Amino acid sequence: MMKWWQPVKRILPMLAVFSLLLAGCGREDLSVLRPQGPVAQGQYDLMKLSISIMVVVLLVVFVIAGYVMIKFRRRPGQTEIPEQVEGNFKLEIIWTVIPLILVLVLAVPTVREVFAFANDHSDDKNAVHVKVTSHQYWWEFDYPQYDIKTAQDLIIPTNKDIAFELKTVDVIHSFWVPSLSGKMDTNPDGTLNKFSFSTAKEGVYLGKCAEFCGTSHGLMEFKVKAVSEDAFDAWVASMKAPVEPIADQALALTFKNQCLSCHAIGDQGGSAGPNLTGIGSRETVASILLNAEGSQGGDPVVDNLKEWLHDPQSVKPGNKMPAPKDLGLTDEEIDGIAEYLANSTLK
Amino acid sequence: MDWLTTVDHKKIAVLYLLGGTLFFGIGGIEAIIIRLQLIKPMNDLVSAQTFNELITMHGTTMIFLGVMPIIFALMNALIPLQIGARDVAFPFLNSLGFWTFLFGGLLLNLSWFMGGAPDAGWTAYTPLSGTKFSTTHGVDFYTVGLQLAGLGTLIGGINFLATIITMRAPGMSFMRMPMFTWTTFITSAMILFAFPAITVGLVLLTFDRILGANFFDVAGGGNPILWQHIFWIFGHPEVYVLILPAFGIISEVIPTFARKRLFGYSSMVFATILIAFLGFMVWAHHMFTTGLGPVANALFSISTMLIAVPTGIKIFNWMFTMWGGQVRFTSANLFAVGFIPTFTMGGITGVMLASAPADFQFHDTYFVVAHFHYVIVGGLVFGLFAGLHFWWPKMFGRMLNETIGKWTFWTFAIGFHMTFFVQHFLGLLGMQRRVFTYLPNQGFDTMNLVSTLGAILMGIGVMLFLFNAFHSFTKPKGVANDPWEDGRTLEWSIPSPPPEYNFKQIPLVRGLDAFWKEKMAGHQEMTPAEPVGSIHMPSPTILPFVMSVGIFIAGLGLMFSGEQFSNSFMSFIFNNWIVCGLGLLITFGSMVLRSLFDDHGWHIELEELEEEGV
Repeated sequence: MMKWWQPVKRILPMLAVFSLLLAGCGREDLSVLRPQGPVAQGQYDLMKLSISIMVVVLLVVFVIAGYVMIKFRRRPGQTEIPEQVEGNFKLEIIWTVIPLILVLVLAVPTVREVFAFANDHSDDKNAVHVKVTSHQYWWEFDYPQYDIKTAQDLIIPTNKDIAFELKTVDVIHSFWVPSLSGKMDTNPDGTLNKFSFSTAKEGVYLGKCAEFCGTSHGLMEFKVKAVSEDAFDAWVASMKAPVEPIADQALALTFKNQCLSCHAIGDQGGSAGPNLTGIGSRETVASILLNAEGSQGGDPVVDNLKEWLHDPQSVKPGNKMPAPKDLGLTDEEIDGIAEYLANSTLK
Repeated sequence: MDWLTTVDHKKIAVLYLLGGTLFFGIGGIEAIIIRLQLIKPMNDLVSAQTFNELITMHGTTMIFLGVMPIIFALMNALIPLQIGARDVAFPFLNSLGFWTFLFGGLLLNLSWFMGGAPDAGWTAYTPLSGTKFSTTHGVDFYTVGLQLAGLGTLIGGINFLATIITMRAPGMSFMRMPMFTWTTFITSAMILFAFPAITVGLVLLTFDRILGANFFDVAGGGNPILWQHIFWIFGHPEVYVLILPAFGIISEVIPTFARKRLFGYSSMVFATILIAFLGFMVWAHHMFTTGLGPVANALFSISTMLIAVPTGIKIFNWMFTMWGGQVRFTSANLFAVGFIPTFTMGGITGVMLASAPADFQFHDTYFVVAHFHYVIVGGLVFGLFAGLHFWWPKMFGRMLNETIGKWTFWTFAIGFHMTFFVQHFLGLLGMQRRVFTYLPNQGFDTMNLVSTLGAILMGIGVMLFLFNAFHSFTKPKGVANDPWEDGRTLEWSIPSPPPEYNFKQIPLVRGLDAFWKEKMAGHQEMTPAEPVGSIHMPSPTILPFVMSVGIFIAGLGLMFSGEQFSNSFMSFIFNNWIVCGLGLLITFGSMVLRSLFDDHGWHIELEELEEEGV
């Protein structure tokens, strides 16, 4: 009686640790194990099916392996030669056919999901279309239907399909919002990828670059902000509203000459760097410095902007922005621009 | 000097083992630094650039320069012995293969001291690995160094194919070959088909980087996705090139220590061939998120899942080999039986990854990192440790200490599971791979700490093994021919370590597990297939070493051909291709020498054999 109980006693604490780990499941806005939209849900269901099948296989292997290791140890004084068994045709057929059946059970829903996932919304009038362009190391989001461009914070309405078209201007990156959908690579022109996801739940979801793209690959994050349809329309309107210029004339000129050659704010400026419209209301500065004004909590946006502008390379190594100091800006000018940008919020 | 000129397969095996251990150590140190950097969020032990160089070099080193040579060491040490041959088919080429590998590896690692190591990941995806985004010479070292090392592997593979096909002892039909010989044979065939793909890929990338070609540059009409296809058409079979020999080792160790013949031998052979065949059909499962479209994704999903079937056959056959046997838990066998559940876990996550829609979530996360470390470390490295503990007495004539061996196993195995088991969950919680740091409070902190501690424990395990190896050399030689007492195959019928000529008389093979069969029939040694006579031996030669030095110099010359040095003489000799040409001249000159001067080798005469008293 004692014998069978021994392994169970050993496994129980392991199972307890297991369930603790799985119950944790990570953050709701980040974890693959806590899907927040139908696409991630479909992928999660497939993962649950495959892990269930596989855990059964694993248990069978563990039990047989454990049994033979305990039962057939060589005892002291055991010298006779065991029977030299060639094999067993029936057994071997069994462990060929059973895996085949298991593979089939997994293959059918896999194929179904593959094709379901390829469902293309790029001609869907009801969908919100977003062109995602990845750069080393930031994300640009272009809404052609609304003629809006933004960066780093992707604002989407709930309960609507968001149809993405992905591309990169430099190396290959991968667009990934774990709790909303699996990832998709951003390729250079010629092999653009399209996919879509949606969510019914308002909230801020963490997005990441998943394809190795250089020094600051690990810092190339973004946020997906799902808001109600009304709030989305309000956001569109405020993105199009005119932007308050800098009051100080000299500073305004510096800003125009030094910053707006790459960045845009409102209807002014270039498009080489991230669009700065409403940067004061974003979740982060440079995707890695969390803002107190955002939902995740952190330092005040103005402090983050100052940290970034004083030394961009130390915040995000290898990024393409020239340090404002090297462009000849004084500390006062940099602080002034940081304060201006921090106050440039969306209504 | 003796070691530079040797063409004896047993000495070349030792050279491979030393070379492999050196690079395995370097790769291991890189791994520990990687894990120390990730021990806590926003750590700044190394810079982002250094971290990227570390991960690139860790992957490249471990795959090409760490485990491959140790596999080759075992193959070289054992294949001729297992098939009853006196050497490999082409001893000269065997030596050449080793030296090109070594110089390729040295070239690659020189990058640490010459302006930056490769930093584009071991997969070197374009355009990141192009000159525009990887501006140091790092990736040049990668392309040229791997080209040289790959040459060595290809030469070795062809050599083993020829050896196994033509040099088996009388009576050893294909279906009587030991499993390790079988897996070496299949592995060599895979090398023959897979390595030309990476060779071509590396040539194209070298052309892009050094000569300004446009194979992978969109602006010039190229396609960066092409690199991914070429890389994985090689890269996926490469995984099986690594794991099949481990399967072979496990199939030798378990029957020996269970005192039973391998369960289902013919299905094992069949499964090996099937795995190799399918291994070539599934490369695009590394590229599900590249956007190949649903039809390709579905096909590659299913073909990948199918590999689980032959692998499953193997797992069950191993377990049933032990069924009804008398299992002895020596340290070699601990690693072999430890392999079974560990590798099964790696295989299982492999099937999970094969499901393309789920892979959209798994891909490029720590889940994948956990998966392939379970396969490569939990599978292959466990297999190599089993093989080294098992064959050490045969190779060196000395036993490894069993107590230290068991400590090696337990520290390494526990450290391994601590390091990589939690990484499955890190991936599922949203941690992508190849990040040099991460923000706190994302649920990653504790698991990364556990993982790093595990890696340190693994490091201790490896140190214990090294200590054991050194320790064994302080003891005198003198183990029996068959030190485990239950040896089944031909190598256990001759002295440990074997004499230069291996077999005084080529043995006659009368069945599977030839030596076991003779022992069961009451014989102490093999029945010879030939009378005692003089034995022909190949002459030692320095040419393979010189040839490798030649291509090493040519490679350096090629890489720096466009470089402006501060020293005008250096610029002159490099920019006018003088260094490159000189290197090629040395190599081709050696080839000419080799062709013009016939070397007939030498003979060990009858009297000498008798003097030795064998």
